[in-house]
Amino acid sequence: MLTHAPPRKDAAARLAADIRRRVVEMSGAPGGARLGGSLSVADLLAVLYGEVLRQPAGDGASSGDRDYLVLSKGHASAALYAALAATGLIPDAETGTYRQDGSRLAGHPLRRLPGVDFATGAPGQGLSLGLGVALAGRRYGYDNRAFVILGDGELQAGSTWEAAMAAAHLGADNLVAVVDRNGWQGGRRTEDRMALEPLADKWTGFGWDVLRIDGHDHGQIRRALEGPVRPGRPTVVLARTVAARGVPGLHDTRRGNTAVLDAQARRLALAALAGERP
Amino acid sequence: MTGTGVAARRSVADVLDHVWEHRSVLSGPDAYALALLALGRENPLLACLSAGTDLEAEFAAELPRQYVDLGVAEQNLIGVAAGMTVAARPVFASGLGPFAVGRAFEQIRTGVAGADLPVKIVGTHAGLSAGSEGPARHALEDLGTTRMLPHMTVVAPADAWEAAQATVALARTPGPAYLRLGGPATPSPYAERAPFVLGRARVLRAPGRVLFVATGPHPNLVAAEAARELAARGVSAGHLNMHTVKPLDREALLAASARSEVVVTIEDHRAVGGLGSAVCEVLAEAGGPPVRRIGVPDVHFDLVGGERYLLDRAGITVRNAVTQALDVVG
Repeated sequence: MLTHAPPRKDAAARLAADIRRRVVEMSGAPGGARLGGSLSVADLLAVLYGEVLRQPAGDGASSGDRDYLVLSKGHASAALYAALAATGLIPDAETGTYRQDGSRLAGHPLRRLPGVDFATGAPGQGLSLGLGVALAGRRYGYDNRAFVILGDGELQAGSTWEAAMAAAHLGADNLVAVVDRNGWQGGRRTEDRMALEPLADKWTGFGWDVLRIDGHDHGQIRRALEGPVRPGRPTVVLARTVAARGVPGLHDTRRGNTAVLDAQARRLALAALAGERP
Repeated sequence: MTGTGVAARRSVADVLDHVWEHRSVLSGPDAYALALLALGRENPLLACLSAGTDLEAEFAAELPRQYVDLGVAEQNLIGVAAGMTVAARPVFASGLGPFAVGRAFEQIRTGVAGADLPVKIVGTHAGLSAGSEGPARHALEDLGTTRMLPHMTVVAPADAWEAAQATVALARTPGPAYLRLGGPATPSPYAERAPFVLGRARVLRAPGRVLFVATGPHPNLVAAEAARELAARGVSAGHLNMHTVKPLDREALLAASARSEVVVTIEDHRAVGGLGSAVCEVLAEAGGPPVRRIGVPDVHFDLVGGERYLLDRAGITVRNAVTQALDVVG
């Protein structure tokens, strides 16, 4: 099947499936994985790592013409580690050490892991880091783009909007924020806990160029991340996603966002994911 | 500003000469700004970020590519500074001390100190220097909070001369740092020009039965005067200027206090958490002499008044320093 598709589309699809499989496997770790937010972001990471990012294996100290990814929603670390392992940036088997004693793979990413430029996990910090990267690129003559993946829940933190205001004022058009809008934070829907809508209007009001996409549609993700930017304006991609996407029975549910899967549940989830593969 | 003209202050060496000559009329922030501009000319990778202070106006005018004004948004200031280290180094990030450190503490903890990035946080309004502005603007917990963080170097210069040298030293040292700056010019405790080394305390008066250990402008002036007064009463007293609170100069402290009967610490900071606590940690572990700590007491310090008045009410005075010393040796 899919014989007419360009090869790279196959690559992103395979990467997304691989990320989902590894996330489900990691959900058996001590403390589990944040299944909802890790699976909602899987397609965004697959397209970024599979097609968009140039030299993603930074150590935070290297410069030059490369792209940076800041996973501001650090609780989706399982998806990030899956992407790093699937693309060979960390050893293939390392995801099996997720959250184990002595592992490099914490529940929120640590700096100096290949592919991780900044430690994240404190909500609302990532956009400032990305803005710094973007400014450094502009000021020091590097062709850098900074991608920041934000959770929707962390948009409640004021520091995000400090960065949003500054990015527009400073004309950081090499900064791209991607909001994984899965609608959940912890055990509640964002709109019940602290409403974010009208979210597009907020970003527009802060001076950003706003794109709205289906965050599981690789074509839409690709066009949003690789398309032309409006000079002098940062871009935010509001990616509508589904928490725990790919695991039957857990889609867009409170349980799906926070579930820890036992061995039986993992087997069923993996079988369902395998059936979805192209 | 008293000066010999901008042309004479082109290089870092010129600035240091200028600041030494004018150390009694320049403030710590003045000296920092002069040094930073010269450093920025010398190192095009040096970046200066500011959260709504106008300290670096000359820097901004002359080196706009290396400067970013982020407005009064300290959390973003520190995050952007950390992000810029992918290409810029060092990155100086200045703001009002209580905000740049207090409000952005979490960003400093995870994003800067934990990551060991070359971000130099510069906080003004040290101690009670903001005077009648009120307690919202007093930086009283900055030394304690920053010194708890790994990798951090924490410096509180005693005058403009130390502020300029500390700026230069921090720019040329890897890793994160906090530089604490006060208000208007204060008299310099230095009569002789001697090299400044991060982490090396300066002996300003030879050790005696009493040892005063001080950090920052007024505390060092208090220590110097108290030591003179004790000497006049026949009690020998030494004075150590602990300009670097972290890493604390353990060797100098142990050497200077070896034959002292009491160590009195003086700081315009909370009496808990800062210099006094750091000195206690070293001396308790080493079995040193007893310690008396002078600093801002454990109350909401909302008295209204100028810096001198507030220092007096906090007991950061020559009289209290003498009393504390005599309480043990008298």
